Amino acid sequence: MGLSNKSKEILAGPLSKNNPVIIQMLGICSALAVTSKLEPSIVMAVSVTAVVAFANVIISLLRNTIPNRIRIIVQLVVVAALVTIVSEVLKAFAFDVNKQLSVFVGLIITNCILMGRLEAFALGNGPWESFLDGLGNGLGYGIILVIIGFFRELLGSGTLLGFQVIPEVFYQWGYVNNGLMILPPMALIVVAVIIWVHRARNKDLQEN
Amino acid sequence: MKALRNYLDKIKPHFEEGGKLAMLRSVFEGMETFLFVSNETSKSGVHIHDSIDAKRTMTAVIIALLPALLFGMYNTGYQHYLAIGSAPGFWATFVYGLLAVLPIVAVSYIVGLGIEFTVAQWKKEEIQEGFLVSGILIPLIVPVDTPLWMIAVATAFAVIFAKEVFGGTGYNIFNVALVTRAFLFFAYPSAMSGDRVFVRTGSTFGIGEGAVVDGFSGATPLGQINIASNELAGSFHAVDALGNPLSSWDLFVGLIPGSIGETSAIAILIGAAILLFTGVASWKTMLSVFAGGVFTAAVFNLIGTTVAMSVSPLDHLLLGGFAFGAVFMATDPVTSARTETGKYIFGFLTGVVAIVIRTLNPGYPEGMMLAILLMNIFAPLIDYYVVESNIKRRMKRAVAK
Repeated sequence: MGLSNKSKEILAGPLSKNNPVIIQMLGICSALAVTSKLEPSIVMAVSVTAVVAFANVIISLLRNTIPNRIRIIVQLVVVAALVTIVSEVLKAFAFDVNKQLSVFVGLIITNCILMGRLEAFALGNGPWESFLDGLGNGLGYGIILVIIGFFRELLGSGTLLGFQVIPEVFYQWGYVNNGLMILPPMALIVVAVIIWVHRARNKDLQEN
Repeated sequence: MKALRNYLDKIKPHFEEGGKLAMLRSVFEGMETFLFVSNETSKSGVHIHDSIDAKRTMTAVIIALLPALLFGMYNTGYQHYLAIGSAPGFWATFVYGLLAVLPIVAVSYIVGLGIEFTVAQWKKEEIQEGFLVSGILIPLIVPVDTPLWMIAVATAFAVIFAKEVFGGTGYNIFNVALVTRAFLFFAYPSAMSGDRVFVRTGSTFGIGEGAVVDGFSGATPLGQINIASNELAGSFHAVDALGNPLSSWDLFVGLIPGSIGETSAIAILIGAAILLFTGVASWKTMLSVFAGGVFTAAVFNLIGTTVAMSVSPLDHLLLGGFAFGAVFMATDPVTSARTETGKYIFGFLTGVVAIVIRTLNPGYPEGMMLAILLMNIFAPLIDYYVVESNIKRRMKRAVAK
């Protein structure tokens, strides 16, 4: 890999030490809404990663020409255009998942991570760094979504990606899927457990 | 007693730091202070000392719960034999219930205390006694046919997420036993509601086998009201498992289907008397829960268009977990309001919310659990405003002079 140390830091930081979901507490809403199954979680993760990476690049390229007073509008237009493209692609190639995600594809526009990265990073850095930053943050968000989706689908439905993984014989012994896992409150608790484990492994992140 | 004390003193060194059983230090300490009042007193700050410590208080609550537990065991057997259409006599009925209920008690204690002991040892703290009561409350508020593994999972969830993460006994914002029930209720709804779970129709450890008689239905009176809730008032009567109509007296005695400990108002009243006599629970909370329930039920009676609205206030207090919740759950000193005025507000709103949920929400036949959990959230807010208003009033008085 020809990445410099700085680039590596930009790319890898959001995966753990500066994770948008479990450190900065951004994008929690969609993390609750779309993660009751693993498949929509993955699709959502990929969609957000694509949008945030390319929005970062475009805004970074335009950063010297955007008048400061209307920058939010410009950012919204760019993000809205990208979200529309993602939405159309999903409708064309993954219609079922698109239906499950419903409004949350459109609501990527309002995901705090997007505006946060555009404001905080893309407006002040070059396109290549911005691309890496967008990619890193999208993946950091995606990892958390996939972990939540994994546990919620496994414990809530007994399946993974729609395939049954908990053997039928368990159900005959009296095992029952945990209905609470399907409900949004449990997503919050799963996020809390991820934060718990993460802070326990990284002592420097613990607040006093 | 003397011999026990001597024995404890003899084995104590093994559990001290560096002793060969040091990893069980917190367990030993917990047992020692459970058997004998601790000689240690706080070393810093100003404290009010009372001869009754937390373990003795908890023991009083457990004694108060015993009538409901014993009645629940008998009722479990009674409902079972009613369902299979035989009447084997008092002791056989009781033993059936005992065998059905004891595993639930055991699972609840083993899981809950196991986690408490582990956490205490891990954080090098004393074992906290809070679970002594939660562990007996949990079996009393679940249907008898709840699978044991579900109770284990729910207890573990409640102890970890409702108690330990907040800092342990005395820091929890929600009643631990009710969180256990709420977890069961939302995670495994089919095991917690309906007409199949409140009466055990199968055998327990091989005794009490028999086929269910014709016309049997295990629906609780509240469940029946819920099913009939959209019909017009006047056409409905709660019935027992065989279809005979139930009077308010039957509801008061409590030989009806329901969660193990909640059915008998008599047993709960005995418990309430013990709690009030020992001063463990506040009569203000209890009284205002009942007042809130009666008030709301009376208001709904005035509207009275549907079956659920026309249930009389008295029946509301006797049905389901209302009395049990009012006496043993709403009065939990940790999660209820602490100011004296706050206790009235807390109790009254709990009663109101419980009856509103019962009457208006078709999804939940019973509202007591959700009402108490909801009011647990508001308890600190109620306390805050009671204290604020007190400060304001006294300020005014000071300025006026």
